[in-house]
Amino acid sequence: MARPKIPRKSTNIDMTAMCDVAFLLLSFFILTTKFKPAEAIAVVTPSSVAAKVAPDKDFVLVTLDKNGKVFLSMDDEQKKEYIANTLNTTKNLGIDVNAFKKAAFIGAPFSQLKSFLQIPEESRKGDVLPGIPTDTTKGANEMIEWMRLVNEAYQGTKMKNLLLKGDNLAKYPAFKSIVDAFKKNDFLKFQMITSPESVPLGSELWKNNQKGEKRDD
Amino acid sequence: MAELDTSSGGGHKKGPGVKKSKKLSTRVDLTPMVDLGFLLITFFIFTTTMSQPTAMRLILPKDTEKPEDQNKAKESGAFTILLGKDNKVFYYEGILTTENASTNFKSANFSSGEEGIRNAILKKKANTIEKNLVIVIKPGNDCTYKNVVDILDEMSVNVIKRYALVDISDIEGQLVKKSEAQTIAQ
Repeated sequence: MARPKIPRKSTNIDMTAMCDVAFLLLSFFILTTKFKPAEAIAVVTPSSVAAKVAPDKDFVLVTLDKNGKVFLSMDDEQKKEYIANTLNTTKNLGIDVNAFKKAAFIGAPFSQLKSFLQIPEESRKGDVLPGIPTDTTKGANEMIEWMRLVNEAYQGTKMKNLLLKGDNLAKYPAFKSIVDAFKKNDFLKFQMITSPESVPLGSELWKNNQKGEKRDD
Repeated sequence: MAELDTSSGGGHKKGPGVKKSKKLSTRVDLTPMVDLGFLLITFFIFTTTMSQPTAMRLILPKDTEKPEDQNKAKESGAFTILLGKDNKVFYYEGILTTENASTNFKSANFSSGEEGIRNAILKKKANTIEKNLVIVIKPGNDCTYKNVVDILDEMSVNVIKRYALVDISDIEGQLVKKSEAQTIAQ
């Protein structure tokens, strides 16, 4: 009986297709990846179920680090110029308006603002700077004054995004003095920056989401 | 495919004097290249941050000096949460008096289990008419920013419509301190 001939197949697989897929994915990830810029102020934000993405333009951001130091930053240079000029005329601080405009954040009491702006940008680090004083037990809450200036600068045009970015370990009194400064200037709406977290299974919000109800947060 | 046609001509025979050059295969082993590709892919997958920071909205009540302008909450629907040191949470229903402090004042934590504050909020929510329910959050001076955000988050997880962030009173602060000391002693 003649055995049927089984043709021997090569075990070599053509890798070209696989290689194509691999590099396609690779280029996708390279293009979509965004490296985080090294931040001058180290803040680890708490997480929340909020689904709204934090705005990244037209904002006034108050940062609260883990030692309770407060920093202020805003992205509108015109408003910053106005604030610097006002500070120079009302408080006679003699600060460099251009340096103030360029500064990524402000983190010094009014009395030290001039020397703060003379520090080169790259060596302004949150852990060595004094921050804006808010502790009322040690002196005035300068945040109130800052928020008043911001309010003045935005007069007429509506300020869209007042953001607060706080560290997990920051104590409540520091948060409270910031909120007080907001309240004193009639900023009653603000947003807290958090990292996203999934909605716990079986909770009421989860059930609502399953039903397709819109959230109002 | 990554193959080039190296066969010369349309298959016509060469003359007898022409030496046949040895044909080399143009196939390249792509396996190491694929390996490298996937290695880089995994690197970028791990380093990429897909999630952008989110923003949680908070609307503050306007400070009013006059008591008649302040919002009144029904006692039956009031639920007060106090935040203490080291992630401790205390809560009570209605009004806290010296008589009912021992039974009404309870402690909880941030877990989602039986002891968690979520459970207590849900219980209260189930037992109260929705429009009467007001949750008052009073963070103590020793609690952290994370605790405040967590408890506000708890409000949105449990779909609580009315809640307020209020300062802690001295008496409550002392009670929290006392209870903290007790829980440590136990």
